[in-house]
Amino acid sequence: MSAIQEVVTEAPAVEAVPKRAMTLGYGTSLAMLLVLILVPLFVKNFVIFQLTMLLIYALAVLALNILTGGSGQFSLGQSAFYAVGAYTSAILMEHADINYALTLPVAGLVCFIFGFLFGQPALRLSGVYLALATFALATAMPQLLKLGVFEKWTGGVQGLVVTKPDAPFGLPMSQDMWLYYFTLAVSIAIYIFSVNLLKSRSGRAFMAIRDNEIAASAMGIDVALYKTLAFGVSAGITGVAGGLGAIAVQFVAPDGYTITLAISLFLGMVVGGVGWLPGSIVGSAFIIFVPNIAEGISKGLSGAVFGVLLFLVIFLVPHGARQVAVVAQHWLGKLKNG
Amino acid sequence: MTQAQSAQSESPLLAVCNVSVVFGGIVALNGVSFDMYQGQILGLIGPNGAGKTTLFNCLSRLYQPSKGDILMEGRSILKRPPHRIAEIGIGRTFQNVALFANLSVLDNVRVGTHARTNSDIISDSLKLPWVRRSETELNKRVHEILGYLDLGDVAHLTVSGLPFGTQKRVELARALAADPKILLLDEPAGGLNHEEVYALGDLIRRIRDERRMTVLLVEHHMGLVMSIADHVVALNFGKKLAEGTPAQVQADPDVIKAYLGSKDQ
Repeated sequence: MSAIQEVVTEAPAVEAVPKRAMTLGYGTSLAMLLVLILVPLFVKNFVIFQLTMLLIYALAVLALNILTGGSGQFSLGQSAFYAVGAYTSAILMEHADINYALTLPVAGLVCFIFGFLFGQPALRLSGVYLALATFALATAMPQLLKLGVFEKWTGGVQGLVVTKPDAPFGLPMSQDMWLYYFTLAVSIAIYIFSVNLLKSRSGRAFMAIRDNEIAASAMGIDVALYKTLAFGVSAGITGVAGGLGAIAVQFVAPDGYTITLAISLFLGMVVGGVGWLPGSIVGSAFIIFVPNIAEGISKGLSGAVFGVLLFLVIFLVPHGARQVAVVAQHWLGKLKNG
Repeated sequence: MTQAQSAQSESPLLAVCNVSVVFGGIVALNGVSFDMYQGQILGLIGPNGAGKTTLFNCLSRLYQPSKGDILMEGRSILKRPPHRIAEIGIGRTFQNVALFANLSVLDNVRVGTHARTNSDIISDSLKLPWVRRSETELNKRVHEILGYLDLGDVAHLTVSGLPFGTQKRVELARALAADPKILLLDEPAGGLNHEEVYALGDLIRRIRDERRMTVLLVEHHMGLVMSIADHVVALNFGKKLAEGTPAQVQADPDVIKAYLGSKDQ
């Protein structure tokens, strides 16, 4: 077998790169967690609210990342799942008087089923065609929510007002701060589950399908099942994010969940780095804060400034936050060694 | 050889019975039959367009034969969807390497064990104890195979940047990970240099002997087929031309005619 060994030694894998991790190291994760825990203690309630939205959108971006980065399926319809999750939570809280925390798993489950079912016809589509089909879903959703048939529950065009929960056990914190920590706990749990999922047999099946469907099928992977499961999981997480969003904003209305939201989430995924889960929070920060920054630079031309900023990001770091992280890691390594 | 001959008395592991495949008006395969026995290396040869790949794709259920049947251990495989072929012990490699380009060598081989393992998305997300145990077991197995094929050094690299020869070995490792009974190799020598082809020949024989596998080898490289196959089936224009030992097939006038052409053509 010496010839085989020679093949390995003679032709070293010059271009092959070590597989980049999907997650952060323990140290970085802990530092990040510490920042997320401490920051709210030093800022105003409005900023805490914004941070809550940051986490919520990060969850929605993460969900899209599992779908696109994981299983290679595009979706411009995430706003539809977000809306279903938001309405499920709102309706359960306002009409059935169910505790806000308990409405989230229901929202997740409803959206999982919705996503799984939507995944069935979507199986026949791929690439841009799938993106268009999901686009149709996102466009249809606000109008479906306005339908007279559902008005009794959805509140029609008016939407529903949701009461913000107080901190439990008489904890001395504002509603905003409590909701922030609640959202943080949910987000961390979902992040850990997602990382586990992508590193498991199911996650490998998603990625195998993304890279080569025929080979995946020859390895015994039920391509149809895993593709629809990816849709289901993605929709489920988006649904939980939607539910949290409804509680944080204290209001659901059809026009809050238009295609613009779906495109924002897509943007967040690209900025964060497709397939890199920790990038989701960076992507989320981009879609929440950059429009504000753009408005700060020029009120009248905020859209144009946002466009320029987005263009710069995509031009300078096409792989998003992941690329920045890799470069930073490289420099840190150099500093340590030299 | 002796191994293969002694096996002849047993029932075949894989039986291709009178298989025909028609695409529109074109008959790609016309009533092809042959048997494969445990421990055999069967070489399937034929000029371009002879129907080798068509037959191969019937075995991996990408094509549905219009007539005939394919029996694995006496049971028809034709009712199984493509993703349920791996679980009955048929593994394959692809002609132009179909790896999962963005995954590491390790993960590629791990995916190979999919048909031999179980899990569901909830247990996987929660990383339940049984999932951990099954992953530990799986990793042991995968590392054993990587060591077997000298891929240990590249285990953590993404496959897309590896040299072609190495990628072919990764594909082989991925197929072995499912511990198949039959290994279908679609032109494994394609794109390899002279030394690599002979190393590959040794390797295929070694896999057959040490891992007790049966190999179906579809190959253009006559030297490779003739040196390692126990039994050769020659196809031309979708029909079986000849069948027998490498020497018998090489001496067959029809095979010579198909490869070299005859005077009256």
